[in-house]
Amino acid sequence: MQLEELSELAAEIQESQQHCDHCVRVCMAAGCQSSGAKVVFDALSEKTAESEHVCVKGVGCMGLCAAGPLVEVTSRGQAPVMYQQVTEADAQEVVDSLGGAPVERLRCPSDMPFFTSQHKIVLENSGVIDPEQIKEYIAADGYRALVHAVTEMTPAEVLREVDVSGLRGRGGGGYPAGLKWSTVSKMPGGDKFVVCNGDEGDPGAFMDRAVLESDPHRVIEGMVLAGYAVGAAHGFIYVRAEYPLAVERLTKAIRDATKQGFLGQNICETRFSFDIEIRLGAGAFVCGEETALMASIEGRRGQPRPRPPYPAQSGLWGYSTLINNVETFANIPPIIRRGGAWFASIGTEKSKGTKVFALAGRIRNTGLIEVPMGITLRDIVFTIGGGVPEGSQFKAVQTGGPSGGCLPEEFLDLPVDYDTLRQAGSIMGSGGMIVMDQTSSMVDVARYFMEFCMDESCGKCVPCRAGTHQMHALLDKIAQGHGSVKDLALLEELCEVVRAMSLCGLGQTAPNPVLSTLQHFRMEYVAKLQEHALPDGGPPASERSATPPAESQETTS
Amino acid sequence: MMKPATPSQVRVVTFKINDRDVSARSDETILQVARENGIRIPSLCYVEGLSVWGACRLCLIELNGDSRLLAACSTRVEEGMEVLTDTDRLRRYRRMIVELLFAERNHVCAVCVSNGRCELQNLAQECGVDHVRVPYRTAVYHVDASHDWFRLDHNRCVLCTRCVRACDEIEGAHTWDTMGRGINCQVITDLAKPWGESKSCTGCGKCVQMCPTGALVRHGTSVGEMEKDRGFLPYLSRMREAEWE
Repeated sequence: MQLEELSELAAEIQESQQHCDHCVRVCMAAGCQSSGAKVVFDALSEKTAESEHVCVKGVGCMGLCAAGPLVEVTSRGQAPVMYQQVTEADAQEVVDSLGGAPVERLRCPSDMPFFTSQHKIVLENSGVIDPEQIKEYIAADGYRALVHAVTEMTPAEVLREVDVSGLRGRGGGGYPAGLKWSTVSKMPGGDKFVVCNGDEGDPGAFMDRAVLESDPHRVIEGMVLAGYAVGAAHGFIYVRAEYPLAVERLTKAIRDATKQGFLGQNICETRFSFDIEIRLGAGAFVCGEETALMASIEGRRGQPRPRPPYPAQSGLWGYSTLINNVETFANIPPIIRRGGAWFASIGTEKSKGTKVFALAGRIRNTGLIEVPMGITLRDIVFTIGGGVPEGSQFKAVQTGGPSGGCLPEEFLDLPVDYDTLRQAGSIMGSGGMIVMDQTSSMVDVARYFMEFCMDESCGKCVPCRAGTHQMHALLDKIAQGHGSVKDLALLEELCEVVRAMSLCGLGQTAPNPVLSTLQHFRMEYVAKLQEHALPDGGPPASERSATPPAESQETTS
Repeated sequence: MMKPATPSQVRVVTFKINDRDVSARSDETILQVARENGIRIPSLCYVEGLSVWGACRLCLIELNGDSRLLAACSTRVEEGMEVLTDTDRLRRYRRMIVELLFAERNHVCAVCVSNGRCELQNLAQECGVDHVRVPYRTAVYHVDASHDWFRLDHNRCVLCTRCVRACDEIEGAHTWDTMGRGINCQVITDLAKPWGESKSCTGCGKCVQMCPTGALVRHGTSVGEMEKDRGFLPYLSRMREAEWE
C-alpha cells in the first residue's frame, strides 16, 4: 500500500461517516462500563435503530471517570454536547433532544478547565473513535506514519526522528527512547525483538489500560515502526490478565491490522515483515520490571536478573530486545507523522512532549488527563482536577505509585518533569497520582505502600525479600503507636540498605514512600512515637511478639 | 539460567581493586579476579562452576566512587575501573544483609548439624554480627526427611538456589525449584512433593554438598558433623563446558 492509497481509503471512510447528522458517542472504557455504560449504550442503540440519521458509537475513555457514564452528542453544524452520569432511563430523553435543545439536566460543562487545559497527543483518538473499528483509526490519520515510514523512509531516518523528538521512556525510568532504539539497532545479529510493556500494576494507575482500551491500533503502529527502525521482525505485547477488555480489543486490533496488511508478512508490499503476539501476565507486579517480564515471556518464573547485560545486549532468549512502555509506543506514530521537532517543541528542556496521568483519591475530577510536561502540580490538582472535595483540606499528592513519594503543599508549584520530581524526593513514575486530604495518616500511607511492595517482592534477593518484611513490621508497630525512637532509626537504616542493595527497581524504590513521608511529614511519625510514651500507650504483653531490638539476641554459637 | 554476556573479543585489561593493580581477561567478572588475587569479597549465592544468580547482594562493591553499587559476581571487568570492596558503607550494608538472613528463618547454630562448618555462620563472624537488631520472625517451617539419605530443613534455608542450579546445570535432573514469592518463597522438589517421592531425583547428593548452611544435610549427622565436599564441582563444570564447546 502506498501513501496515496491510504489517503484515498481514509477519505472514503470519512465520507461514509458523513451520512449521519447526529453522532452519539458512549464512553465504553472500563471506568464508565463499571458504572453502567453498557446498558446506556444498548438503550441508545435500540431507540435509534430505525433512524438513519443517528449513529451510536462505543468509544474509548473520555477522561472524566468521576462523572461516568459519559455520552457525547455531536450534531452537524453544532458544538458537541457532553452528558454525565447518564442512566438507561435517560436514554429516551437524550434521543428526543437530538436536533433540538440539549438536556440541561444531564449536561457536563465541557468548557471547564478539566477539558480545556489538556494537551492530547497520546489520547487524541481516545473518546473519539470506536477502538474496535480499524476504519475509524485509519480515518483519523492512523497508520499514516507506518505507511510513510515503510515506503519512503530508511530505518535510520525513523531513528533520527525519535531521537530529535527527545521522547523519554514513559514507564517511569525516563530513559531516552532514541538512545535505546539506536543501541538495539546497532547490535549485530539477525533476530531482534520488540516488547511492549503493558504490565501496569501501580495502585491507582490506569493510563496504559486506557490507551490499550481506547486506541489499541496506535500501540500496534508504534511497535511496527520500532520494529522497522531497529530491524526486528517479532513483537510481544505483555498485558496483565486483569485487563480483559484491553486484551480483547488488542486481539481484534492485531487481527484487523494483519488483514489490512499493516502487520505480518511484507508490510505494504515491502520486504519488511513484522508480527505481534500477546502474552498475558499472571498478576505479579514484579513482571513490570523488564528482565522479569522477559523471563515471564520465555515461560520461566518472573524474576529479575542483574543488569548488565541490558535487554538491548541480551534480551529475549539471548537476542537483542527493545522494551518500551505502552505510552512510549503510543507517542511514536504522531512523532513520525508530524516530525520529531514538533514533539520537541512541547514540554520542558529535558522532558519533552506530554504525559498521561491518572487522577485518583480525594479529588473532584477523578479520571485520566494528558498534560504537557512542565505544568505545575498545582495546575493538575486544583485547576484540572478541581481540587479536593468540599470540607477537605489538601495534604499531599502521591506520584509514582509504590516507587514514588508524597509531596506536600509547598511542592505544588514545581514543574512536573522527570528530574524535578526526583529532586523533590518523588518520581514521575508511570503516571499515577493519588491526592490525599487531612484524613490520611502519612504513616498509614507509607505502611500501605510497604505492604504492597512486601507482597509483590519476588523473593529472589535478600534485601527486598527480608527487608521489606521488616520495614513493614516496623511501620505497623509505629502506626499502632507502639514504636520507639530506636524503631524509627532502624527503619531509616533499613530504607538505606534496601535502596542501595536490592537487585531490581522494585526493591531499590520500595523505601521511597517511607523516605518521602519521613522527609516531609516527620512530625506525624514523631507524634506516633509519643503515643508510646503515654502511661497507657505501651503494648499489652500479649502483643509483644517481637523482642525489641534494644535487647540484643545472640546469633552465633 | 543466565550467564553474563560474553564480549565477542577477549582482551586483557588492567584495573585496580582496593588500590592494588590487577590484570584480568575481559570476560572475567570482578569477583573471579578478586578471588584469583586473594582479595576477599563476601558472597553467598555465588559458586564457581554454577551460573550467576546475583541474589544475596553481599558481593556488592563500589566503583569509581560512584554511589551506585554493583554486584561483583555479575559485573565484567573493564579497563581502568577502580573497585573498592571494603568501605565503611559496604561493611555496614553487608552486616545488615546477614542480620536480615538470620532474622528471616530459624538459624539456631547451637543445635545445627552444620555448626562450625556453615557459610552463613562464617559470614556473620566476618561481618561482625554480634547481635541482630531486627526482630526475629520466628515463623514455623517444616522439615522434609522423606528422602532415604538426605534431609531438607527449611528453617536453615537462605534461598541462595545453589541446590536448584547444581541440580539443573550439573546433574541435569532439575528436581529443585522455587515456589511462592516474597517472604513466602521456598525451595521445592518436583511440584512441591515430598523429596522422598520425587521421580526426578537421582539421589546424587550434589545439592547437599552445595548447600552453604544446614538446610540440606545427610541423614544421621549430629550437631557440627555435617561436612560438605565441593571438590567435584570445578571438575564437573569444566567437563560440561568442554562438552558444550
